[in-house]
Amino acid sequence: MKLSHGIFERHSLILLIGIVIVVSIGGLVEIAPLFFIENTIEKVEGMRPYTPLELAGRDIYIREGCYLCHSQMIRPLKDEVERYGHYSLAAESMYDHPFQWGSKRLGPDLARVGGKYSDSWHKDHLINPRSVVPESIMPPYAFMAERPLDDHNIAAKMKALQVEGVPYTDEMIANAREDLAAQADPTADGRKLKAHYGDKVIRRDFDGNPDKVTEYDALIAYLQMLGTLVDFGKYHPERGDNNR
Amino acid sequence: MIAVLALSIVGMVWSLCAAAFADDAPFRIHAYVILGASILSSIACIGILGDGGPKGRADRYSDDVIRAGVYASLFWGVVGMLVGVVIACQLAWPTLFYFPGEGWLNFGRLRPVHTSGVVFAFGGNVLLATSFYVVQRTCRARMFGGIAPWFVFWGYQLFIVLAASGYVMGVTQGKEYAEPEWYTDLWLTIVWVMYLVVFLGTIWKRKEPHIYVANWFYLAFIVTIAVLHITNNLAVPIGPFSSKSYDVFAGVQDALTQWWYGHNAVGFFLTAAFLAIMYYFVPKRAERPIYSYRLSIVHFWALIFIYIWAGPHHLHYTALPQWAQTLGMTFSIMLWMPSWGGMINGLMTLSGAWDKLRTDPVLRMLFAAIGFYGMATFEGPVMSIREVNALSHYTDWTIGHVHSGALGWVGFISFGAIYCMVPWLWKKQRMYSNALIEWHFWIATLGILLYIAAMWVSGIQEGLMWREYTPQGFLAHTFVETVAAKHVEYVVRMVGGLLYLSGVLIMIFNVWRTIRGDAPAAVEPDKLAYPANAVAAE
Repeated sequence: MKLSHGIFERHSLILLIGIVIVVSIGGLVEIAPLFFIENTIEKVEGMRPYTPLELAGRDIYIREGCYLCHSQMIRPLKDEVERYGHYSLAAESMYDHPFQWGSKRLGPDLARVGGKYSDSWHKDHLINPRSVVPESIMPPYAFMAERPLDDHNIAAKMKALQVEGVPYTDEMIANAREDLAAQADPTADGRKLKAHYGDKVIRRDFDGNPDKVTEYDALIAYLQMLGTLVDFGKYHPERGDNNR
Repeated sequence: MIAVLALSIVGMVWSLCAAAFADDAPFRIHAYVILGASILSSIACIGILGDGGPKGRADRYSDDVIRAGVYASLFWGVVGMLVGVVIACQLAWPTLFYFPGEGWLNFGRLRPVHTSGVVFAFGGNVLLATSFYVVQRTCRARMFGGIAPWFVFWGYQLFIVLAASGYVMGVTQGKEYAEPEWYTDLWLTIVWVMYLVVFLGTIWKRKEPHIYVANWFYLAFIVTIAVLHITNNLAVPIGPFSSKSYDVFAGVQDALTQWWYGHNAVGFFLTAAFLAIMYYFVPKRAERPIYSYRLSIVHFWALIFIYIWAGPHHLHYTALPQWAQTLGMTFSIMLWMPSWGGMINGLMTLSGAWDKLRTDPVLRMLFAAIGFYGMATFEGPVMSIREVNALSHYTDWTIGHVHSGALGWVGFISFGAIYCMVPWLWKKQRMYSNALIEWHFWIATLGILLYIAAMWVSGIQEGLMWREYTPQGFLAHTFVETVAAKHVEYVVRMVGGLLYLSGVLIMIFNVWRTIRGDAPAAVEPDKLAYPANAVAAE
């Protein structure tokens, strides 16, 4: 034993190479197949990339570290499905760079929070969570209630995501700011937005302030679409590759 | 020296451009920070060159950088733990510790400051300092690379400043423990490669035929962290002068990459590297050889091989395919064996020196650290079992588990190493006050016990409440009822954290008095002194 191990103790490069080989095996066996095995991501109907406004909202969600207290991953356990809705599918985060599944629930799961509360509830809750949920321990986000959304780089963001494989078309990127404004203003012409992202896109003045597009508009637009894309009427968990 | 100067000048030019063309305010602020750092390092380089090159005797170990590492560890330890206490207060008293007008003080921004602060800033500096200490002594060679160890040290501090200031400004990649943005990650990569070069270079210069066990662990830590860091942080920035980037992986692949990274940040940063501390400082302090050399070999290879597989246990019952979850669980349970093998190797090193646990609080601290290591590495495999994880995941139980490892294992082994190194580095017979080390030990132990007991209770309580049904078959509790029920535990947790922080402040006082000269100087400056002897002499 000692004889055979001596080589690692006397030659630092052999030790180094040994370490690299030994630590590489596990990662390669576990991670690499996920990129090649076809049924890793279920085939579903309804998934689309985020609209520019939702994407801006998602970036605020990341900036504020919401993922540190809110998961976006409903496990297939009875109580979770009854509390939050259908368990989460891999397909539902296929355009999430990075994923936001989270690891800790200091607050409830948000994977399907979309449509559960009104826009004005979200606004009140963000300004002061304890005004609508007295026992809440969530921080207040009043500081960005009136802050105008900085969308000057929204096209650059979509371009970077396009490079990474999110199916944004060049036309979507060219119209990014226009689509963004159209989603937060129900009186604007929304036909292009719907042509790009589908008829189900929600167009509202999310923060109730028609004068400007604020960070709240973006964040609430994102929260209101979470978990609403996949058409579960057409998804059969027991069928073929979905049963894994 | 010239290379560092050149890099500083490149840094100055780049940061001026970056400040001028910055796409967003945080990026501009960071450009100015980098500009300041480049100017300072240029001045330092020119000053040293003007003095006729770096001084420092080639026949002595380079210890100045280690002393700096001790200071940095203590400083960042207080910062990281203080932020931890603040965010614990926020969760216990949300109406008192939140400021609606100030986004940067919110939990979501400060939590990464706490986690990175204690893991990478405190832990990282302890590892820099101890690895430089250990590699020189066990190789009987001065640090390789002239000024390079100083570059690693200051480069690492710059990384910490960029990361932490970024978090409070909302600059984050949104991946736990990998929050720094692309440019900060690139900078860390440069520093880390230099760290590897310096460490390997010192090993190449060794006058001992064998590479000591502790250095295997340090080497595995440095190499693996480089691989993990680079892979998990692959990202496309939205512009050359923007602080925003998007991770190249998405969804399920990103999730597994992240937890492969996250779990092995625990495995290699917080475990393998601190085991290196154990393998040097425990035998040194106990004045006994390592219990079993053969066990060290098995421990080392088995630990690094198996740890890498364990990541998927963070993703039980998620949309990750079940085969990957099962693989992760299997290896996590297997991991119990090498972990306890290492624990036994550490604890049994005290055979023949058990009496010192009574007289030497530093050895007791090292011993307790290994005890907590054993406890956390037993709890971990249990929590990785899918059915247990169904209850524990998403709850405070995980937080308690992390802290039994972080406060008990990482914290105590670090404090023990610092208490050993300070008299050795500053040529004293012993620390200023043994009694203060006793106080530190007991206050910190009490703090840990309060912390993890509170988190066990609140974690299991909320896990059970989430899944509780009424006799009629409805969910028994709304989510917020489970939050309100944890208030007392959160207060206890805060008290535990505060006690632990107080212990560190006591240590800093003790270190300060020792360095200031209130401890007797070592009789022979280069001979290592042991408090146990000193006590006997008194």
